[in-house]
Amino acid sequence: MFSPVILITAILNGLLTGAVYALVALGLTLIYGVLHIINFAHGALLSAALFAAFFAFHLLGLDPYLAALLIAPIFFGFGYALQRLIIGPVSHGDDRNMLLVTLGLSVVIENVLLYAFRADTRTIDLPYAFQTIDLGFTFLPIPRLIGFCLVFAVALVLWAIMRRTDVGKAIRAVAKEKLGAQLAGIDVAHIYAITFGLGTACVAIAACLLIPTYYVNPTVGDAFVLIAFTIVVLGGMGSVPGALVGGLLIGVVESLSGLFLGESLGQIGIFLIFIAVLLVRPTGLFGARA
Amino acid sequence: MRGLLQIAVVVAVLAAVPLVVQSNTTLNFLVVTLLIALAGQGWNILGGYGGQYSFGHAAFFGTGAYVTAILQVRYGVNAWLAFGAGIVLGAAVGGVIGALTFRAGLRGSYFALVSLAFAEVLRIVASVAPITGAGVGTLVKLDLRVEALQFQSRAVFYWVILALVAVSLLVAQRLERTRFGTWLIAVRENEDAAKALGVNATQVKLGAMVISAAITAAAGCFYTQYFLFVDSGIAFGTRMSIEALLTPIIGGAGTVFGPLLGALVVQALGEGAKLVAGDAPGLSLIVYGCVLVLVIAFAPRGLIGLVETIYRRVARPTKREAAHD
Repeated sequence: MFSPVILITAILNGLLTGAVYALVALGLTLIYGVLHIINFAHGALLSAALFAAFFAFHLLGLDPYLAALLIAPIFFGFGYALQRLIIGPVSHGDDRNMLLVTLGLSVVIENVLLYAFRADTRTIDLPYAFQTIDLGFTFLPIPRLIGFCLVFAVALVLWAIMRRTDVGKAIRAVAKEKLGAQLAGIDVAHIYAITFGLGTACVAIAACLLIPTYYVNPTVGDAFVLIAFTIVVLGGMGSVPGALVGGLLIGVVESLSGLFLGESLGQIGIFLIFIAVLLVRPTGLFGARA
Repeated sequence: MRGLLQIAVVVAVLAAVPLVVQSNTTLNFLVVTLLIALAGQGWNILGGYGGQYSFGHAAFFGTGAYVTAILQVRYGVNAWLAFGAGIVLGAAVGGVIGALTFRAGLRGSYFALVSLAFAEVLRIVASVAPITGAGVGTLVKLDLRVEALQFQSRAVFYWVILALVAVSLLVAQRLERTRFGTWLIAVRENEDAAKALGVNATQVKLGAMVISAAITAAAGCFYTQYFLFVDSGIAFGTRMSIEALLTPIIGGAGTVFGPLLGALVVQALGEGAKLVAGDAPGLSLIVYGCVLVLVIAFAPRGLIGLVETIYRRVARPTKREAAHD
């Protein structure tokens, strides 16, 4: 068996990775909670955001954590425009069409990236990328520790927006009862777009937290999408606490199954959870009945 | 009868093409087009007639392709038998996925998501499992004999895939004429209402999934025989899932000829893009993605629906005039 130190290290690492997964899943679940569709363009948007963070560092010399302050608003605007100008009008209010449109967008975004930047994998070199913090029995990488804290900061900000602002109130109203919200004078198309923008901004921040220790290529987002989908299903579609807890849980599961089964089969562990949750409890741990 | 006649005419016209066209490039283009049309017709049975949008039909295409290749290469099975086994196992995979998802009551977004996840997992497994040749893929030996289901002439390959497409057209046409097809369409239009009328929605969807998977798997089997190579990206990659849903959506989902028309348009656009901008990675998929969005925006019932709408607009006034006379 493995010594407790190795196990604890694996669990801690899993939690650090899981936090970023949670942030990606948070964007997905937010959009699902309000628009009631799965955004299949989520992975492609993550790839795009990783490229943005990469070039912000390379061309502008911006530190990824600072770049988040720039990239997140840009991606919010991008997400807003996508929903307002393309997804909304194109799908004529039909859920199946909306799914297809997000799939179409994902294909376009991913392949525009491929066309522009080729399939090369890129990384950035940061002086602190490999610095660690000594816990006495193990070491933890500092960039991922920062990422972990920032994810919870973002979740807190999101919570504050949802609970403390008028926009948040409107979003919750639309999520609960679209027609009623519309009758009360809420611009549903605008709220949809705001929500999509917020979800996209989550992805942008996740990209900035990933880039110091990760790589970027046009299809990198795909690797996260299946994981994010699993988290969202596990935590319950549309549930924000579900996404956070689910993300951490999946991070730990991936880390442990990687430890016990080896790297390439680590992903299978995630998938088994995915199937099991769908069959036993499709509404997830925190979800209400669909 | 009219439906059967239409199919007969279309297939007869297509069958005559190699008698006129000798160019290997053109025939190759047409073979690939028919291959995509076949995969798309599979999607159309479940997605077009049944309203269950699968984002992972590559799961069936890949199963067909791999089974055909592996049985021949590793077990020395005759190519024709391997081809048949590929279709049967593809249908079985469809049955398993369908039973798991439909019994769990997954619809809409959930179903799309799960189908995509299954294809992804098969891709991951195929890229590491030794039996599939892992990352290298599986190569089928060149053996140009009829017993090996390989042909010297592209025209013969063309007629084989055309025959398969013809069968798939007949299956779709039968759906429009049988009770099972009516149930399936009822489930698409309103699942709860269909259930209230006594339709066993789960069973109907499961049946459609099996037929759908079998047809798309046949396209995969043919792929292996035609290209003699398969790897995890070709077999289970998202590209095939996208092409399988793109063709019926563009041509007209839930119509007999939609996938065939869609495949022609999609392939022509892909080739056109290559001519205009050179053969760059990702280019054809950019075009496909844009076309998908544009079709949903401006022709939600596909090109066949668009033609019908225009025809009605043109034809209706004249009918009215005729009534006045």
